[in-house]
Amino acid sequence: MNTLLEVSGVSVSFDGFRAINNLSFHMGAAELRAVIGPNGAGKTTFMDIVTGKTRPDKGTIRWGEKGISLLGLSEARIAREGVGRKFQKPTVFEDQTVRANLLVALRNRRGPFAALWWKPKPAELERVDALAETIGLAAHLDRKSGELSHGQKQWLEIGMLLAQEPKLLLVDEPAAGMTVAEREKTTAILVEAAKTRAVVVVEHDMEFVRRLNCRVTVLHEGSVLAEGSLDHVTSNKDVIDVYLGR
Amino acid sequence: MTGSFLKRNPSVPVVLGLLLLGTLAVAAMAASGGLSTSFVKTLGMTLCLALAALAMDLVWGYAGILSLGNIAFFALGGYMIGMWLMTARTEIIVAESLAGQAIPATPQEIRDAVGGQIFGVVGSADFPAIWAFSGSLPAQLALVVLVPSLLALVFGWLAFRSRVTGVYLSILTQAMTLALALYLFQNDAGLRGNNGLSGLQNLPGLSAVPQATVSLWFLWGSALALGLGYLLCAWVVSGKFGAILRGIRDNEARVRFLGYPVEGFKLAVFTLSAAITGIAGALYYPQAGIVNPAEMMPIASIYLAVWVAIGGRGRLYGAVIGAIAVSLISSFFTSGKLPDLDLGPVRLVWVDWWLVMLGFSFVLVTLLAPKGLGGLVDLWTQRRRPERHGADLGPDTGAFREKEAEA
Ligand SMILES: Nc1ncnc2c1ncn2[C@@H]1O[C@H](COP(=O)(O)OP(=O)(O)O)[C@@H](O)[C@H]1O
Ligand SMILES: [Mg+2]
Repeated sequence: MNTLLEVSGVSVSFDGFRAINNLSFHMGAAELRAVIGPNGAGKTTFMDIVTGKTRPDKGTIRWGEKGISLLGLSEARIAREGVGRKFQKPTVFEDQTVRANLLVALRNRRGPFAALWWKPKPAELERVDALAETIGLAAHLDRKSGELSHGQKQWLEIGMLLAQEPKLLLVDEPAAGMTVAEREKTTAILVEAAKTRAVVVVEHDMEFVRRLNCRVTVLHEGSVLAEGSLDHVTSNKDVIDVYLGR
Repeated sequence: MTGSFLKRNPSVPVVLGLLLLGTLAVAAMAASGGLSTSFVKTLGMTLCLALAALAMDLVWGYAGILSLGNIAFFALGGYMIGMWLMTARTEIIVAESLAGQAIPATPQEIRDAVGGQIFGVVGSADFPAIWAFSGSLPAQLALVVLVPSLLALVFGWLAFRSRVTGVYLSILTQAMTLALALYLFQNDAGLRGNNGLSGLQNLPGLSAVPQATVSLWFLWGSALALGLGYLLCAWVVSGKFGAILRGIRDNEARVRFLGYPVEGFKLAVFTLSAAITGIAGALYYPQAGIVNPAEMMPIASIYLAVWVAIGGRGRLYGAVIGAIAVSLISSFFTSGKLPDLDLGPVRLVWVDWWLVMLGFSFVLVTLLAPKGLGGLVDLWTQRRRPERHGADLGPDTGAFREKEAEA
């Protein structure tokens, strides 16, 4: 399997506190991966590092077939390279319609002048309709996204990421605050998305992770504690001690 | 972002129609002698202020950058056109006075005499280097746009690149304005220090045309500029560019992680705003007659922000309504025509108390009616506000508040 993302030996400290400690992580091109770990394990910080929000103190991050380094690139540049990110709290443009949110996210030229002259092509409008169908918001396209329920906002944000057509999707706790039915739908969207691209899902909820039915990485105190199938990691003694046994 | 331009901007025909009707009415009343020249000038100047407020709304209402530097762009626009007005008019006067001499004056002699006339007040007789193009109207007109834009571009590049946002950015823009004002106060700066540029109401070569006529020309010019500015701003904010600006205002990180170069967008809108403001200033100061560094003092920056806030930010007509309403009421109170009120212990001098009242109404509007005067339009178009239990529409400092938004 060819490598999409290769994180090796990454460490980062905040005021002397090691949030990420010599972390190594590897993703293939069309893979679904769940990352679990107790609160404060460094899951969000790991995403911050990959997306350029936080600069690591040491280590390397290689990306794509050519293995370019993501270190030192701006967040926007990394996003254009094909890394999409969903935040822990739903972040959509609340003062704008669902359609506008999706249109803004659609993959195309990102410069200010391109945006000034941009007009939606029929194909792009169709793509937005299709995306809205996927995330179950087809009936809400003309509503302001601020009006949506918490779960719908989470889906909209996932929809925006899909519109961006990333090669790698980093999804931070998508199911937090969702009802059981909403969680099931979210699982379906993510599993579908992972057929054509790499998806990393950070999640607390074991049932959710089980339904994802994928390889699991357990983070603890900023480094990988165990990796493998869910059954494999949940039977690991260290994992039970630090995470499941609590 | 979708649909025709008019569908996206229903306010455009209304605003342009009212602007045209209003200007026609004023012109007709002025022609029949019903309005004083000074009042026509006040109206023309008010339209220029509305244009400046529009540009302020672009950066503050849409992109969430509370720029206190826009007034500097406004004054710079005035200075740039003022340089040509003074030079060209003084040249004519000097040429006339030298015409009687037996030996015709050389161009250099004329230039020296003009320099002596203009810079005599600051104890100098030479044109400073920055006046190099002052003899050329096209060049100075180009500078009206170029100088403010360039300042915005350089300042914005430095500020946005280091990701200064919110209050700190506002303070930084205010510092820039103050620094520029203090610099221009010096005679060495080459723009006649605290005297500023004066006599700008006298158009070169048109001394035979009465000011009543000139004031109408400027009224129409200002109305045209405001109309075109409104069209331009409406086009900018209603497309994808505008959607991204509002995204930056409410949630900058989301825009960044979608791959958009946030700094580039901020720089583009800040520079555009500076260019529009420069043009507004260039139309304003020939009507005011004088531009000096005092125009750039902090109170003026606050005024611009207050107009937009009272009008309702993030809606273009709000800025126009706010600027026109507040500055007209302001000129009414400060005209001295209103008799002072004797309240026993205190004497209500309107000229002084007006500012207090304005400050008070600003606080009231911010607290009680964040949609501003523009919110009155919502009563008519039956727009609702969202029910968000007090939550803002984004995590950023400039984000729309619940009460400003539309459901
Ligand atoms: N910007 C920051 N400054 C200081 N400490 C931080 C910062 N970001 C994260 N941390 C700390 O790093 C640790 C890991 O945080 P985080 O990655 O958010 O954990 P998780 O997402 O796994 O719950 C926490 O102890 C947190 O307090
Ligand atoms: Mg987290």
